[in-house]
Amino acid sequence: MGEFDFSVWGPSLPFIRDGLLFTLRLTLIAMTGGIVIGTLLALARLSPIVPLARVAGAYVDLMRSIPLVLVILWFFLIIPYLTGKPVGAEVSAIITFTAFEAAFYCEIMRSGIQSVSRGQVHAAHALGLTQAQAMIHVVLPQALRNMLPVLLTQTIVLFQDTSLVYAIGAKDMLKAADVVGKNYNRPVEMIVLSALIYFAICFSLSLAVRQLQKRVAIVR
Amino acid sequence: MNYHWNWGIFGEQVKGGDETYLDWLITGLGWTLAVSLTAWVLALSIGIAVGALRTTPSRLLVALGTAWVELFRNVPLLVQMFLWFFVVPEFLPRDWSLWVKQEMPAKEFVTAALCLGFFTSARVAEQLRAGITSLPRGQRDAALALGFSLPQAYRHVILPQALRIVIPPLTSEFMNVFKNSSVAFAIGVMELTFQARQMQEDSEQGIETYLAVTLLYFICAFTANRGMAWIEARTRVPGLIAKSG
Repeated sequence: MGEFDFSVWGPSLPFIRDGLLFTLRLTLIAMTGGIVIGTLLALARLSPIVPLARVAGAYVDLMRSIPLVLVILWFFLIIPYLTGKPVGAEVSAIITFTAFEAAFYCEIMRSGIQSVSRGQVHAAHALGLTQAQAMIHVVLPQALRNMLPVLLTQTIVLFQDTSLVYAIGAKDMLKAADVVGKNYNRPVEMIVLSALIYFAICFSLSLAVRQLQKRVAIVR
Repeated sequence: MNYHWNWGIFGEQVKGGDETYLDWLITGLGWTLAVSLTAWVLALSIGIAVGALRTTPSRLLVALGTAWVELFRNVPLLVQMFLWFFVVPEFLPRDWSLWVKQEMPAKEFVTAALCLGFFTSARVAEQLRAGITSLPRGQRDAALALGFSLPQAYRHVILPQALRIVIPPLTSEFMNVFKNSSVAFAIGVMELTFQARQMQEDSEQGIETYLAVTLLYFICAFTANRGMAWIEARTRVPGLIAKSG
């Protein structure tokens, strides 16, 4: 057994907190943006306009078949060429995760939209709602509700995946733990701390999702 | 900013070495395949065992299986890589710890394959549990009534059916293994993503590099998909899935 000194956890907390704040901000922005863009992508995939459905489908399939680390590297390389100026790792990470997660939320929203029975749409049309109104007021609210547990589970996955910004050196929680570990020459203790924090957050969130799943199931 | 294209870059020699960039990518592909396939064999064997444990009548076994799954599902894969690489050797007895740190051959590869294998086993276990739960209860009851012991019921009645049911979700897990193996770059396995970053820095031809690597990952995922489809077709029992569903 090696020698451990967990007293490094105390002085590391302010750094961990700042890192965790970035991790949470990245998760929340990518979740919100991802669900909005993902829903639009889902509508495009289900639309009767064939080229639109094809393009959206191709985008989603592409994102889903490349490793996330590679997507992070791709965006970090390409964004400066598109914007004409270099961007920081943090900004790059936010853009990447929003674009990447949109593909995954799209598939969830697509099955959510398809889970709403056709009768609902027909009834909405019979009541005089237009196609768009029926989608916004009748189908999407039900799709969101049905898919809420799955959307949240995907968000937990997203929260864990944000640790991969390590590849471009963005300052998230894991990076903070890494830096403190190097400065105090206690890398092992800091890896253990970050694992515990990730576990505590993800485990309690997944318990919460499970509770929610039961309640949603009863309401439906 | 203008990009200078150079598609001939793959045939060029790397800076300070005799190899070409193509050699780097081929080495990378080899390690990606090695890590992914080893991890997949490990994940299947452990995942099937853990998934089956979670459906047994024993509370203790169910709890152990659940703990296994929750442990590996709630910590990011990258953090798990670091745990296996830096932390686990510290918890071994001193002699073993020294051996792992200094002498173990292909240390990065072994660590990454173990880590990815355990990580994926939790996901395989979840799929298999769902597959077993979806079988009609009568199958288990009938097997026990016929005098099978519980392990025999699993071996001859439950698992052969459940495994066939879960082939489609396992297909996407198998494709995920190739994608997830990219995380091994962080502990220094010289797989595709590691080579991609190295070649990008060395050659400064990032777009060509990443396009080639993306294509290689595509081929891996596609081959994995076709392979599983072949297994699914070979093991299909006509009418089984429809009857049990």
